[in-house]
Amino acid sequence: MAVAEADVHPDEAGTFVHGTSLWRDAWRRLLKNKLAVLGLVVVVVVTLGSIIGPTVIKGVFGFTPDYIPTHNINATRSLPPFTGPGGEFTWTHPMGTDNAGRDQFARVLQGGQISLFVGILSTLVSLLIGVTYGAVSGYLGGRVDNVMMRIVDVLYSLPYVIVVIVLLSMFRSQTPRGQLILLFIALGSVSWLTMARIVRGQVLSLKNQEFVLAARATGVSTTRIIFRHLIPNTLGPVIVYATLTIPQIMLTEAFLSFLGFGVQAPLASWGSLASDGIQNIAIFPWQLIFPGMTMALTLFSLNFLGDGLRDALDPQMRTV
Amino acid sequence: MLRFIVRRILITIPTILVVISITWVLIKLAPGNFYSGEKQLPPAIEKSIREKYGLDKPWYEQYGKTMWGIVRLDFGTSLRYQGQSVNTIIRRSLPVSAAIGILAYILALIVGVIAGSIAALKQNSRYDYISMALAMLGISIPNFVLGPILVLIFSLTLYWLPPSRWEGFPSRNLVLPVLTLSAIYMAYIARLTRAGMLEVLRSDYIRTARAKGLSERDVVIRHALRGGLMPVVSYTGPALAFLLTGTVVVERIFALPGLGNYFIQASLNRDEPLIIGIVAFIAITLLLMNLLVDIAYAYLDPRVRYQ
Repeated sequence: MAVAEADVHPDEAGTFVHGTSLWRDAWRRLLKNKLAVLGLVVVVVVTLGSIIGPTVIKGVFGFTPDYIPTHNINATRSLPPFTGPGGEFTWTHPMGTDNAGRDQFARVLQGGQISLFVGILSTLVSLLIGVTYGAVSGYLGGRVDNVMMRIVDVLYSLPYVIVVIVLLSMFRSQTPRGQLILLFIALGSVSWLTMARIVRGQVLSLKNQEFVLAARATGVSTTRIIFRHLIPNTLGPVIVYATLTIPQIMLTEAFLSFLGFGVQAPLASWGSLASDGIQNIAIFPWQLIFPGMTMALTLFSLNFLGDGLRDALDPQMRTV
Repeated sequence: MLRFIVRRILITIPTILVVISITWVLIKLAPGNFYSGEKQLPPAIEKSIREKYGLDKPWYEQYGKTMWGIVRLDFGTSLRYQGQSVNTIIRRSLPVSAAIGILAYILALIVGVIAGSIAALKQNSRYDYISMALAMLGISIPNFVLGPILVLIFSLTLYWLPPSRWEGFPSRNLVLPVLTLSAIYMAYIARLTRAGMLEVLRSDYIRTARAKGLSERDVVIRHALRGGLMPVVSYTGPALAFLLTGTVVVERIFALPGLGNYFIQASLNRDEPLIIGIVAFIAITLLLMNLLVDIAYAYLDPRVRYQ
């Protein structure tokens, strides 16, 4: 953003300084919003926990998320939270264990890796498609814009989850990794529509400004104008909407995994863990409650963070 | 207005065909078929079955046959549920899905609009914060987590409500599925209503209404709600699509023999006519509903027509 504006207004140092202070200003406003800050903290904690948690648990207690204990084969394997094999209190399994005796806490943290990974990567796929599509449509305008936006309108009304289910079940991959790749391509390629509309709206209001005219006058190519000058200036709304897209995609991923079309064993996500837990809801409720609630907490925080970012970056939307 | 409706219909029909064609292509491109998962059939038997269902014909004939069937609203025969036509299965399972879907939407509309309006009228009050936090929770908690938790509380602990099964339309069995399904729409509608109302309440015509001495009640009910609910009306289209995917999960959790449950089974079994039949049915219903919503919207808000 700074680069583009510096290019265009080399003589107006004030504009450049204003550009940075906009972000600092937004950051200050975000910090004033307690719920958004709380959301940010939870998201950071959950993300870090998912990345390093399993390693830390291995260091402290000496087992990995997929470690299946070999002792007490005949006893009930699924232990309640904070309970050892003999029914005594212990810190070893704060979320209990699953049917095979694996530690739930470690499983939930590891599941978080996949859930967050799918959420973020699919959002990146949708960003790539949506931003490019919206910017091209908005900048070219006229008939092209008309056709491109009509296509978006049509796609909007499709029952896309139904089509995604057909895609995932028909092309079910033999390897869990293959299924994962299929999953985020499918999710990313159906969730770019709103992003395209937002970026198009931004570009429409930007493209008649002087800096674009100046760029065009100096012979900058259309591609370069779109990617170097217009897209960087749409960054604010794009970040906001991307933050709100991540929880939506994570929810869809969980939904698909719950139905058995998403992440496959031995990989696990919060959705597939919850799905496993539902089988035993009457006897071992903690198998559903912990992955389900961890997921709900994360989505809750991401949504608050996204709302907070929108209020911070878009003063017009601010409700004072 | 007529031009607007005709233009909408002209977009809707090809969209329905596109959805069905995409599904058809996906199914035909995918490796394997209905028989490859089952135990190995003798080649002669497989050949005669393929002939019976027309699977030995070239692709354009199969495509043409499927499409012609759909145009006449005849979706063919299921491979899995032998001897049952797809139409029979849809006719049998649709009332289940429709019952929980419509009840959930009505519940969400009532609760959402009331909660959202009060939140907007008492902006920044404790009520506003609490209801909006609850709404955010409703958006964030997956329905497959909410459903079992409700079952755990109300069926397995308190013994108030039955946990699952379909027992006809007005029955206590519907309470938990409907609650589970409506939670997320309640939340969305409350948020949309609040945002819409906040914007309208600041507008000039509300100030005029107050200035000419209308009671606060009349201002809200006669003037503000009408404008403030526009976002809710335009959300109806996406809500229907959401409702549809929601019912899939809810029917799975509560073991209800609805359309969604059959669709999942069909996808797992590769029951091609049933998959295409259900997708076609859903696409037609959904897009016709969207068409109606668009027309209603254009009727309510004259600005839309002239865009």
